[in-house]
Amino acid sequence: MRDRPAPPDAPTPATEGGPVAVTSAMRFVDEFRDRDTARAVAARIAELCEPGRRYGFMEICGGHTHTIYKHGIEDLLPEAVDLVHGPGCPVCVIPMGRVDDAIWIAEQEGVILTSFGDLLRVPGSRGSFLEAKARGCDIRMVYSPLDSLRIARENPDRRVVFMAIGFETTAPSTAVTVLRAAAEGISNFSVLCNHVSIIPALRAILAASDLRVDGFIGPGHVSTVIGCEPYRFIAERHGRPFVVAGFEPLDILQSIQMLLLQLHEGRSEVENQYTRVVSWEGNRKAVRAIEEVMEPRATFEWRGLGWIPDSALQLRKEYAAFDAERAWEVPAARVADPRACQCGEVLRGVIKPWQCRVFGTACTPEAPIGTCMVSSEGACAAYYNFGRFSRPRAAAARRG
Amino acid sequence: MSEPTEREVLERVDRVRRRRPRVTDERITLSHGSGGKATHALVEALFVEAFRNPILEPLEDQAVFEVGQARLAFTTDSFVVSPLFFPGGDIGELAVNGTVNDLAVSGARPLYLSAGLILEEGFPVADLRRIVASMAAAAERAGVQVVTGDTKVVERGKADSCFINTAGIGVLERDVRLSVSAACPGDAVIVSGPVGDHGITIMLARGELGISSDLRSDTAPLTDLVGLVLEAAPQTRFIRDATRGGVATICNELAQASQVAVVLDERAIPVRPEVRGAAEILGIDPLYVACEGRFVAAVPGERAEAVVAALRGHPQGQGAAVIGHVAAEPPGLVLVDTAFGGTRILDMLVGDPLPRIC
Repeated sequence: MRDRPAPPDAPTPATEGGPVAVTSAMRFVDEFRDRDTARAVAARIAELCEPGRRYGFMEICGGHTHTIYKHGIEDLLPEAVDLVHGPGCPVCVIPMGRVDDAIWIAEQEGVILTSFGDLLRVPGSRGSFLEAKARGCDIRMVYSPLDSLRIARENPDRRVVFMAIGFETTAPSTAVTVLRAAAEGISNFSVLCNHVSIIPALRAILAASDLRVDGFIGPGHVSTVIGCEPYRFIAERHGRPFVVAGFEPLDILQSIQMLLLQLHEGRSEVENQYTRVVSWEGNRKAVRAIEEVMEPRATFEWRGLGWIPDSALQLRKEYAAFDAERAWEVPAARVADPRACQCGEVLRGVIKPWQCRVFGTACTPEAPIGTCMVSSEGACAAYYNFGRFSRPRAAAARRG
Repeated sequence: MSEPTEREVLERVDRVRRRRPRVTDERITLSHGSGGKATHALVEALFVEAFRNPILEPLEDQAVFEVGQARLAFTTDSFVVSPLFFPGGDIGELAVNGTVNDLAVSGARPLYLSAGLILEEGFPVADLRRIVASMAAAAERAGVQVVTGDTKVVERGKADSCFINTAGIGVLERDVRLSVSAACPGDAVIVSGPVGDHGITIMLARGELGISSDLRSDTAPLTDLVGLVLEAAPQTRFIRDATRGGVATICNELAQASQVAVVLDERAIPVRPEVRGAAEILGIDPLYVACEGRFVAAVPGERAEAVVAALRGHPQGQGAAVIGHVAAEPPGLVLVDTAFGGTRILDMLVGDPLPRIC
């Protein structure tokens, strides 16, 4: 769900062999950011829009939201096309209670809690990881669960807990790390598992009566793992075209063109724009790794979406030794979101970030109330950091 | 009550942003050291409040004042970089160049430095010798002398190996009054070379990411380059070296203090391919990454070409480029004309992706 060539939580070469050299990697990326090609695709998009009709397309993935704002993609789209931000930001959907549980674990004697950087500022009911760290908890940022395992290896007298988050994109690397810990017999490592599945969240969104979406820009990185087949019900039963898209701005523009073409031709299918990375059947090996180590939870609370059955993963009994939830009696208190917070409506695409009543006033990236304002993939943070300007005034400023 | 429009919401957000910052945190977090929003809140709400005086209040990177007939510039900076030694430099060289540059960007000629060292019990004397030798070499290159100093040693574990503070004093011989609040619509925004080299070098030197490159820190004294700018454009408004928080932070400081818009052309910003590649993998925008030998300048638009030509004539300024312009509206914002053909804003940084970079 990330707009990077490799998810930062994928095994890094530091622990998996020699270092990679970064020299000419950017040439590859530049082709997908070309201004002239973008203009040509934008012109085709404008042609495909039927006069008087409006189109709402939901980009499911927070990585897409980030790309859209960072590159100013909306400036290239006709007025009639409206991009609706979806629930696919792994940090945004973590409820406050889970952050509290993690901090509670970090406060126990001898614990090192490890986490991805984007979680550090997420508010729990008693503050964020960053604040817990300032109070004296040993909380460390890692780029990969394998880094967390390394910390466990290097600190045999400490208990190292990895705060695992993410969709099917990141679940395989957590699973592989648990398998390795088991193989090496590392007993001071465990996982606080918050992995979630994208399909149940999409079902919840499609079931909502307030959904105004004509088609979906499908999550590229999740699809590298689960493939394209699981989305078929959206196209067939719900009649919404679905295009799995890459993370460069041209990928997104092209996927919008593909959605419009389907609507224009009266089709509703699952298509794959991101063929250079995603195969139709996905990555069976990664799925097997998840299935080996994890199983569905009966139910899980999603921030803003509430409790969704079979929507998250927990460690199987066979790997109970690596399950932080079994190692400690975490408080597991359910904490209601602050009343003013409208992250739920933002995550379901019902309102735009600026329509939230606390947007940019009580809730800012410096002092966030809701998760959508924290993660770089959160719709509110993306809009606040990149899109918070008046277009006519910006156009005048650009002319100088 | 009817729902507010997007424009009304944006205006309300703007008003909130113009409020005086407050420090509401109970404890210091790493964000307070990032050079971004939390640092600004700390400086404005705590330090300026306590020390309020007309020399401090403009919040330039150096204090400028008159003593007798002379106009002097005075500044201080502390260095906590980890690792101490990295490709292209070390903490000692950084400590000299950092303070020299904070003086130089005011138009001053740096003269004298102090050096305060905080050392951890057990720190190898061989490393200390290396650091001090490198400070001496940097001072010689920059034409300054280290004329006073102090040493403290703390118990093992109470500081991380070696921290250095330097302070410096310089003299303003030209009649220039550079200020962060002096930018005018029509000015050009110039950067003196490729951005982000130092920060990414440090990140990679920590060896935690498993990425290798030939990158080197850009740490260098900027006195000569500043002189070239001021000769080519005597009406130069503002120069600041792009350290913590990078080019993005300086452009925001300029936009806010001068109440203008800064419009950057993404395609014109020089970034080495290695820096772009590493930043892309790390999910960091190179515009927020620290440099230690680059500045951003605002000069009258008609002098922009002359300034860039002058900079490019110097070995240190070959990557200089005009990266944007100043517009009247919307005040206080930095806009980026993206390479893709869209527009976004570039805000102050929240949080700190790269602690202990200098």
